[in-house]
Order: sequence, then structure tokens, then C-alpha cells
Amino acid sequence: MRQSSIIDIISPVMVGPSSSHTAGAVRLGLLAKNVYNATPKKVTIKLYNSYAQTGKGHGTDKGVLAGLLGLAVDDTRIKDIFELDISKQFEYKFEYIEDFNRHPNAVDFIFEGEHNMTISGDSIGAGEVVIRKINDFTVKFTGKYNTLLLVYKDVPNMIAKVTNSIHINIASLHCDRFAKGEEASMCVCLDGEIDNKVIDFLSLIENVYMIRYIKKLES
Amino acid sequence: MDKIISTFGELYASCKRHNKQIWEAAQEREAEQAEISVEDFRNIVKKSLDAMKEAIKNGLESHEMSISGMCGDDCYRLQARYVQSHSLLGTTFEKITTYALATIEENLRMGKIVACPTAGSCAIVPSVLVGVSEELNISETEQLNALITAGEVGRIISNKVALAGAVAGCQAECGVASAMSAAALTQLRGGSIEEILNAVALAMKNLLGLTCDPVCGLVEIPCVKRNPFLAIHAVTASELALAGICSKIPLDEVIDALEQTGKLMSPMLKESSQAGLAKTKTAIEMEKTFLK
Repeated sequence: MRQSSIIDIISPVMVGPSSSHTAGAVRLGLLAKNVYNATPKKVTIKLYNSYAQTGKGHGTDKGVLAGLLGLAVDDTRIKDIFELDISKQFEYKFEYIEDFNRHPNAVDFIFEGEHNMTISGDSIGAGEVVIRKINDFTVKFTGKYNTLLLVYKDVPNMIAKVTNSIHINIASLHCDRFAKGEEASMCVCLDGEIDNKVIDFLSLIENVYMIRYIKKLES
Repeated sequence: MDKIISTFGELYASCKRHNKQIWEAAQEREAEQAEISVEDFRNIVKKSLDAMKEAIKNGLESHEMSISGMCGDDCYRLQARYVQSHSLLGTTFEKITTYALATIEENLRMGKIVACPTAGSCAIVPSVLVGVSEELNISETEQLNALITAGEVGRIISNKVALAGAVAGCQAECGVASAMSAAALTQLRGGSIEEILNAVALAMKNLLGLTCDPVCGLVEIPCVKRNPFLAIHAVTASELALAGICSKIPLDEVIDALEQTGKLMSPMLKESSQAGLAKTKTAIEMEKTFLK
């Protein structure tokens, strides 16, 4: 059985009113921002189902935008984020969608800018979130661990090359690919921190197209 | 120390075997898992405790309404009443109920609170913990011990039941918060491990089946008023347990019942606002007004 931590139960310190619809929304925004890793020109934010229906009253829209701007879940500026100057960094647009094939609290971030990227995630309850998709790859990370994310060509030995360079314990490893020999993704959740040097080294591995190191979110 | 504690039976056996209190065993295990010192772990807990106190303070001073405009001025009303006439049950009761409303109203106006275990149930543990500690002049060290005890109780329950209204109804949010508060209070008052676990079982048993049917899908009706109710509920459980009154159904079996009840509960009553209070005539009218 997976063991949780007491800290998950008596935190986060957050602005209300809902752990799933407010704090979860901020965390999804933060993770999406860290994956995109640049200042976008425009972000279209698609809120689904319960996020679309009750999001206004829960400040879900404010939370998601605050996260994209790098604010933490306990930042009291979230409440007034639409009025603040920091929210003018990029253009944004919300869409509200009903699609019961999606999670009740699902969100898509469509980034446009120097590169385009679509990131999807769900707020799964009690402030916990999962990023499920980046472009067309399925991924799985929660922001509870420092996470290494790679997109690469599906060739033999890639997992070994990556894991051999990391000398800290791996909590989970998730891979996916379009098709044999095509683009693939790897999501490595870590128990500790890795050095920038390791990331630089990994980015030099032949056939690695993209690498991101996404630090765990403050609890 | 035992690395893995998944049930209350294991927790009890481990504490007895190592001759440790619940908070003591828990902080050692948590520190080891996170590869930090016990002191660092307690500092993280203190951050939550401090934020709880700040939320109470801010909530007592405000009567700003929520975004929907449905709630936000009840704490103000309750304080005004206690100025006029004291509660039948004394100042501890007054503190717990006002602190609970202060915190949960701070939550709905997008103020800073501590999800404990969730935002909708955020006022139950702080109101009991802080209210009683002030009344009995309890040290911060002991408050931290009590909060760790409450956290350990919530953690063990969460191993079996996701603490989310959408998964298991309000019994898993406010219900669990009340059970955690019963543990914290029993710890604060020097109860034994048996008494703490009985307090949890008694509080939890009495809240099985509590549904999550929020009006307009918002954390407002009935969540706001439910928080002070279930804070006082925790006091009742603790009082009974400290008298040596036992739950005839062992705590782990109560949690099994919680899980089963959550699974059997209709999805219409699990945070989807499709039934119960959320679909009363008045609630439907409110939807038209507030969810434009």
C-alpha cells in the first residue's frame, strides 16, 4: 500500500475556497508553466466539467492563471489576479467545456509562442494534481517529486543512459511513444535533487529532443 | 521505528512495542522518510499551525462576503451574540464555534487557510486545537504534538479512503476532520493512546453516511455551518473517550465501514450537486442567481 505523509493531510497552506478547485488549479498552472519553460505569447485555458461549472465561484480561473504566472497556492494576490499588472505578461483566454470522457476537474493549457505546446492535467482531490498529457504523449507526474521529463527518439538503451546518469533513487518511471522508432517520452520522478550538470549532460545524449527538470511544488 | 504503518492496529502495536506516543512515533517516521531532522519536520508542522492561527485572526476581523455573495457574515453575527450573552456551554464553546466560522469564512473569501484535510473542512481541527489551547493555556510544543497526532490519524484513514467529497462524500472530509480533531483534543488533554483511538472511532462512527451536496457546487452551503457543528462533535467524542467509553466496533473496522459507505453512496451525493440540498427548490433558485 502506498504510504502518504502527515504533511499531505495538514497542508497545504493555501488561499481558499477549494483544495481541488483553487489550490489544485494553481498547482496545475504552475506545473504547466514549468513544463513550457518560457514566456508564452498566448495561453488558451480549457476548463472541463466541474471546473467549468463551478470554477467561477471557486476562483478556479484565477488559480490557474496565478499558477501560470508562478504564484504559489498561498499567495493572497490570487484573489485579485485579473486586476494585477503581473497578469499582463501574456494574452490568455478561457474556454468552458462539458466532456464527460474527461476527468471532472480537467484542464488543457494550449501555449502559443516561440514554441507551441499543449499540456493537460487533472485535479484529483485534496489539492493533488496529475499532469497526464504533453502534446500527444501520455505522462504522469504530480509535482510531489522532482521530475525529469524527456522527449526523445525511441531507440534502444535510452532508459539505461538516463538512469545511469542519475545517482539518486527513482520513485517512479513512466515511458510512452508514438510508435516504435518514433518520438517517445520519459517521466522520471526522483527522491532527491539532481544537479544542473546532470541535466546538461543528459541534454547532450544523442536523440534527446527536449528535457525539462520540474522541481517539486511546495506543499 | 516501524517504517510502514497502514492501520490503526499497526499504529497501536508499534507505539506499545516502542513505548512511544502517537506523535512521537509519527514524527520519527516522517523525518526518516523525508530525510530531514525531527526538528525540521516539526517546523513544517509549525508552519501549518501558525497559518491556522493567522486565518482565525483574519477571519474574526472580516465580514466580507464570498464571490457568490451567499455566505461570509455568520462569524460576525456569532461574535455579536456572545458580546450580548454568553453561551450556555461556556467560553470554550464560544471560542470553538467562532474560530470555526472565522476560518471557514476566511476560506470562502479566498483568504489564506490550511487544508486540513481539505479546504471545505479547514476550520474543524484549528478551531478545536487553538480554541482549547487558549482556554487551557497549552504550550506550543503540546499543540504541535496534538496536530501531529491529528495528521497521523488522517494519514492512516487516507490509506484506505481518499479524503475527497467526490470520492466518498463529506464523511471523508468534514467527518475525517472531526475524527482528527477528536484525536488532537484527546492528546491535548493527556489522553492515552487507547483513549485517542476511541475518540477517533466514536467521532467517525457518528458521521458515517454524511453526503456532499453543496448548493451551486460551491464550498458554502452546507459546508460553512457544518464546520462549527463538527468541531463540537469532536469535543463530545473526546469527552466520552476520556471517560473510558470505548467504541464497540474497533477503529479499523469503522474505517472499513467508512470506505464501504463511500462506495455505496450515490455519485449524485458526492460533490456533483445533483441531489440532496443542492437540488432543493431554493437551491435551484440560487443556481439561477449565482451561476449566471
